Amino acid sequence: MSDLLNRINAGEILVSDGATGTYLQSNGLEPGGCPEEFNESHSEVVRQMAANYFAAGSDMVETNSFGGSRYMLAKYDHGDRVFDFNRLAGEHARAAAPEGHFVLGSIGPTGEFLEPNGTASEEEMYEVFAEQAKGLAAGGVDAFCIETMSDYAETALAIRAAKVTGLPVIATMTFDKGPRGYFTMMGITPAGAAEQLSEAGADIVGSNCGIAIEQMVEIVRAMREATDKPILTHVNAGIPKIEKGEIVYPHSPEHMAARIPDLIEAGANIVGGCCGTGPEHLQAFVNVVRE
Amino acid sequence: MAKLADIENEFIRQEIEEYIERPDERGHLIALYSKISPEMQTLAAGVIDGQHEAVDAGTQAALEDGVEALQIMDDGLIAGMAIVGIKFRENFIFVPEVLSCARAMKAGMKHIEPILSASGIEPVGKIIMGTVKGDMHDIGKNLCIMMLRGSGFEVIDLGVDTSPDDFIDAVEEHQANIVGMSALLTTTMPNMGRTIEAFIDADLRDDVKFMVGGAPVTPEFAEDMDADSYGDNAVECVEVAKRMIEEFEAEQA
Repeated sequence: MSDLLNRINAGEILVSDGATGTYLQSNGLEPGGCPEEFNESHSEVVRQMAANYFAAGSDMVETNSFGGSRYMLAKYDHGDRVFDFNRLAGEHARAAAPEGHFVLGSIGPTGEFLEPNGTASEEEMYEVFAEQAKGLAAGGVDAFCIETMSDYAETALAIRAAKVTGLPVIATMTFDKGPRGYFTMMGITPAGAAEQLSEAGADIVGSNCGIAIEQMVEIVRAMREATDKPILTHVNAGIPKIEKGEIVYPHSPEHMAARIPDLIEAGANIVGGCCGTGPEHLQAFVNVVRE
Repeated sequence: MAKLADIENEFIRQEIEEYIERPDERGHLIALYSKISPEMQTLAAGVIDGQHEAVDAGTQAALEDGVEALQIMDDGLIAGMAIVGIKFRENFIFVPEVLSCARAMKAGMKHIEPILSASGIEPVGKIIMGTVKGDMHDIGKNLCIMMLRGSGFEVIDLGVDTSPDDFIDAVEEHQANIVGMSALLTTTMPNMGRTIEAFIDADLRDDVKFMVGGAPVTPEFAEDMDADSYGDNAVECVEVAKRMIEEFEAEQA
């Protein structure tokens, strides 16, 4: 079993990293630019980001490869660069990782629907995930983090494709609070996700993005009741607001850190940040977790 | 006043009974369906149940029986989507089910549209829709388009990564007066405001109304950028568009 899973099974609470997209945007990525292209054109920025999170005390960082599938890269005319962009993403985070720290290969949704509602066949989507996973594995990742998912069938294909590498697989979904409770866009509940993702072979399940930390505590609790697998959660710094024409994520490191014990008590084994969180947030999380 | 029992079709009765909780909406749908013929109720049931083959065949059969194309659209397809929209808003169904309902509606509309356009019947309204510049995400926008088309609107879909100039060109080319803009990324949301500014610079702002939506978009943000309206979901998008049409009509009167 991998070192990552061993440490969790030994009862350790681990800290992941914060946002990638918002970090890159404040370091030169144009609005609407291709983040994964930065692995090639701005390798020092990507490496520095990983170094900052490790310096803040993160036990693991994610690679800059969330939109690194062929489907997504093709929208920026980089559909032929999947392997290289993902390999570089892995290498950059690896280069910044101190001994005993982990690199998670980020895999986001394809943005496509499977047949018959959409045009993608299962075989094609599997190949797309497999191609990305191979690039990340070549770049030296320790595990995969399949994230921001909403569709069970798509996530199961990603899990299966990532598993072929032999590395551990984390799979997390994004929930929204509607009139009848928490659901993904495709109608999956937190409990349903925990069960189904465990069954599909994920070594760690969880939730990321979408809602604020207060709601994430409820989601983690519901997932914990439905699975014995370790749970990872990447939480937004609140719901974005406009202040003086600028978009801001309202939750401070202190606000979030004060609620980290609730997340852990609810059943989270790995805590980290999503949109709007930066190294300062992670530093605050680390201080709470290490206490 | 019409009662639930006045609706012939058992499936439709059950759907209303089970899923339509708001009294005003329930009253409206009972009044609507109690006036719809059994044949059209069956068609609507096919849309609600996402049965594209049944709707395809049912629409053709109705046309052969001499039912007016407009009536098939209003009483069968649009009436069906009205229930679908509410079920979606209330979390009884989700994106996969809505997509199959939309597919069923489309299977009927492909027989209706050519007849309507040949006979010069005007759509409820004409809307330009697009995801703003720099943003490649279109799932939410596409859902809105399906619901708008399901409510009788003509929608010109500009796709993703739509520049302000593309919006302006489309408005001029299609003589549309409603523009819907979508964004998923917080970083591309400001391009909604920039698009509105481009309309001001082109001296076209007064000719159009803007509606905006997307996961990170809020009513406050919509107001901040001076959009005319915000919609939280695909059902609200249709409600907003209908309200805008009424406002245009009131302005002209």
